[in-house]
Amino acid sequence: MRDLTQRALDTATQLGAAYADVRIVRRRDESVSIKSGRLEGVSSGETEGFGIRVLVDGAWGFASSHRLELDEADRVGALAVRIARASGTALRDRVALDDRPTATGRYETPVAEDPFKIPLERKIGELMAADRAAGGVPGVAFTESSYGAQREWKTFAATDGSFTEQEITHVGAAVESNAIEGDEHQRRSYPDAGGGWGAGGYEFIRGLDLLGNAERHAEEAVALLSAPQCPSGRMTVILDPSQLYLQVHESCGHPTELDRVYGTEASYAGTSFLTTDKLAEGFRYGSDLVTIVADATAPGGMGTFGWDDEGVAAQAVPLIQNGIHVGYLTSRETAPRIGRSSGGSMRADGWNRIPLIRMTNVNLLPVDGMSLEEIVADTDDGLYLASNRSWSIDDRRLNFQFATEAAWEIKGGKRGRLYKNPTYTGITYEFWRSCDAVGDASSFVMLGTPNCGKGEPSQGAHVGHGTPGARFRDIQVGVGKW
Amino acid sequence: MVSTPGHDGSLALAEDVLARAIAAGATEAEVVVTEEDGALTRFANSEIHQNVAESNVNVNLRFVAGRRIAVAASGRTDEEGLRALVKRAAAIARTCDELEDWAGLPTPDGSGPILGAGGAYSRATAEATPEFRADAVRAVIAAADAQGVLAYGSFATSREQVAVATTTGIRAEEERTSSQLITVSMSPDGGSGYAEAAATDASTIDAAALGREAAAKARSTEGAISLPAGDYPVVLEEYAVLDIVDMAGYLGFSALAVQEQRSFATPGRRIGSDLVTIVDDGADPAGLPMAFDYEGVRKERVMLVEAGVCRDVVYDAQTAARGGRRSTGHGLPAPNSYGPFPLNMVMSEGSTPRDELIAGMDRGLLVTRFWYTNPVHPKLAIVTGMTRDGTFLVEGGRIVGPVRNLRFTQSYLDALAAVTAASRERRTLKGFLGSAVVPALRIDSWTFTGTTEH
Repeated sequence: MRDLTQRALDTATQLGAAYADVRIVRRRDESVSIKSGRLEGVSSGETEGFGIRVLVDGAWGFASSHRLELDEADRVGALAVRIARASGTALRDRVALDDRPTATGRYETPVAEDPFKIPLERKIGELMAADRAAGGVPGVAFTESSYGAQREWKTFAATDGSFTEQEITHVGAAVESNAIEGDEHQRRSYPDAGGGWGAGGYEFIRGLDLLGNAERHAEEAVALLSAPQCPSGRMTVILDPSQLYLQVHESCGHPTELDRVYGTEASYAGTSFLTTDKLAEGFRYGSDLVTIVADATAPGGMGTFGWDDEGVAAQAVPLIQNGIHVGYLTSRETAPRIGRSSGGSMRADGWNRIPLIRMTNVNLLPVDGMSLEEIVADTDDGLYLASNRSWSIDDRRLNFQFATEAAWEIKGGKRGRLYKNPTYTGITYEFWRSCDAVGDASSFVMLGTPNCGKGEPSQGAHVGHGTPGARFRDIQVGVGKW
Repeated sequence: MVSTPGHDGSLALAEDVLARAIAAGATEAEVVVTEEDGALTRFANSEIHQNVAESNVNVNLRFVAGRRIAVAASGRTDEEGLRALVKRAAAIARTCDELEDWAGLPTPDGSGPILGAGGAYSRATAEATPEFRADAVRAVIAAADAQGVLAYGSFATSREQVAVATTTGIRAEEERTSSQLITVSMSPDGGSGYAEAAATDASTIDAAALGREAAAKARSTEGAISLPAGDYPVVLEEYAVLDIVDMAGYLGFSALAVQEQRSFATPGRRIGSDLVTIVDDGADPAGLPMAFDYEGVRKERVMLVEAGVCRDVVYDAQTAARGGRRSTGHGLPAPNSYGPFPLNMVMSEGSTPRDELIAGMDRGLLVTRFWYTNPVHPKLAIVTGMTRDGTFLVEGGRIVGPVRNLRFTQSYLDALAAVTAASRERRTLKGFLGSAVVPALRIDSWTFTGTTEH
């Protein structure tokens, strides 16, 4: 590996790059998908290649190739420099990077049971059993179950002498039950709508207990067909972690990406209402109970690593402290503009993509006092919302609207009847300011999404979110015509 | 020709892997080779800030042993990589359950190998350089400078060679190119505008014109006022109409969605006004052509909606077998639990000049595009999303001023039924389901359900 990384860096510097870094990435993945007891697909994929990023006269260039050969390193290194020179023809401010310690070492996701060594028959068999348990519930129209694993070997080298190696393993699984009657299509997913994903080995999958939860969720999907429409109005809502994680993702994670704030995602993902003047003024993002941290060291999170893809060491970065905006997700290029050093958030989706500012594990920290169940018991009148069904938020991350798979009435501190088609909407900072209860550590659940999209060409990211469930007051529930 | 060391093109590589699969015991096999040289120049704050290129290859092998099916993919095309690919696929197949309803891989249609649609390739795009893209970006920036606004966006060019070979005799190979320029302009006073074009031939994209369109709109959206949510007639520009067509394709026009009872698209059901006709046509040069799908089946022209009435949906081999008919050539790469999708939708034009669509509106909104749309109730095609980059109040058939963005929660089927005019002009655009050719539309009623601060 060192031969190729050094060759690419040498070529780039000889042709004029003031800085260059190169990543060699090999990715292996496998997946199993089952639909209504039918093994729809079993696949195994492997991809490898390298990408080199260069700074020439303050302008960026990047080129990549699937051919791990020394002469290809020359070609790709030269192409990256040519591209950077083309960038220089439309440059207004030269890029300047912050200093960081030279990065060296190795990181590996802790794995107890290597998912790639578990016999395929066993993985299929366990998923099939859960799928059949769900499908056996009367009234279920079809089920969809999935299992996936991904391992990435990543070598990073830069012209400052940095050289790191990482081996990162993620796994996930889900069982989804669908019930259909006329125009009504209801769905319940376990453990959440995006599937339960985490960093680790097959022990994570076993911990989900798909079989033990499949039937209950299937029964709920069928029950939703005859459930009353969720009422509309302004009311108290409690968000289960299976919904709250996505609320954090969309309305806290993305707005705190500093590249969005500076407009570099404006043409695609949009910008952010959280302009840097709000950092200086101590903008109130949420109530005193809301503390959010981007923690790339959190155990089990899909945003956990040793170094980001600029060679910055993993760290925990406070974003919101007791409701006050205190930080951003940053890079070596953006952090100096707010007088800080990179928080280590640059991540690339494989060898053929540049690193972008991405979430790591953006977590809502638990608050001592009440568990999630105790929050329910503490609520006279409201709704309990679980598992995301749809999401949408404006291009500055202010106006959001979510639908969840299920809602339960809360009356007198107890969960009551089931409602179908719940939706709720709000403005980001008004919503978080209305938070008056956050679950304690006993309710904290680490979930994640393996498909966070950003950038052009598009990139997916595996990001983690730990949340303990929380309560929000005076929220608009029920949107649209049914 | 894209580089595949040791092989004379993608089809030769596919045939090599096919032979290896047969030697490893496959009773049927399908190999899809996709080779791509892609590049994208991205700009923000009126400067190029990201500029990338990639050379990539993927070999996708569907290995069938009796009724056991496995899929393996690899980006390695050297001897060791190909050998490992086939070995992995064979090993997976041995462990899989048999599929009782396996209908076999599709067979050739008798017209011989499919070797390109002709219109899918442009040499100008295939040979586009970093300097060519930078020139276009500078033209967009110059247009923004002229209006005193900042330009953001991207210009992508790509060349892709796709080949399919199967044990059933299918041989298909096509070189495709595509290009897309999108730009958002933002003014210092809070205005924003948008423009986009997609084409097989990158040299036909008028970057300066797109820059002028977005910049002028950014200026015209300054000082937007807040309008209460509610029902309004709308004129949707093509960028917004794209979302309706894409979402309808995703939710309804797939045979799998119909077979799973998830779709609204029942043949004979009226879902649109007489002005709504949508076909999927991989050969239409107005779009981004594709001759065949990822199972090597020639793409048929499929009438999805004719004068407002659902006619047919698209099929791949598996859904076609279940439906007792031939695939229409809309399969995606295996393994595919999502089913077939229409990737080349074309909506018929109307007779109204685009600029006159608002003339028929007493009081309503002109919407440039939608943003972050997602189905709230898939079977009713109820979708929520935001307006973005240019929303205007129209009174007495004239634009009276910009309004802040609004959230909508709207059945797209109800919207199609309420189409009262379509523009004579159409645009070729890229959506999340491939390319689409769409007109602008006037729609009698659209339900806006929320507001935001910009």
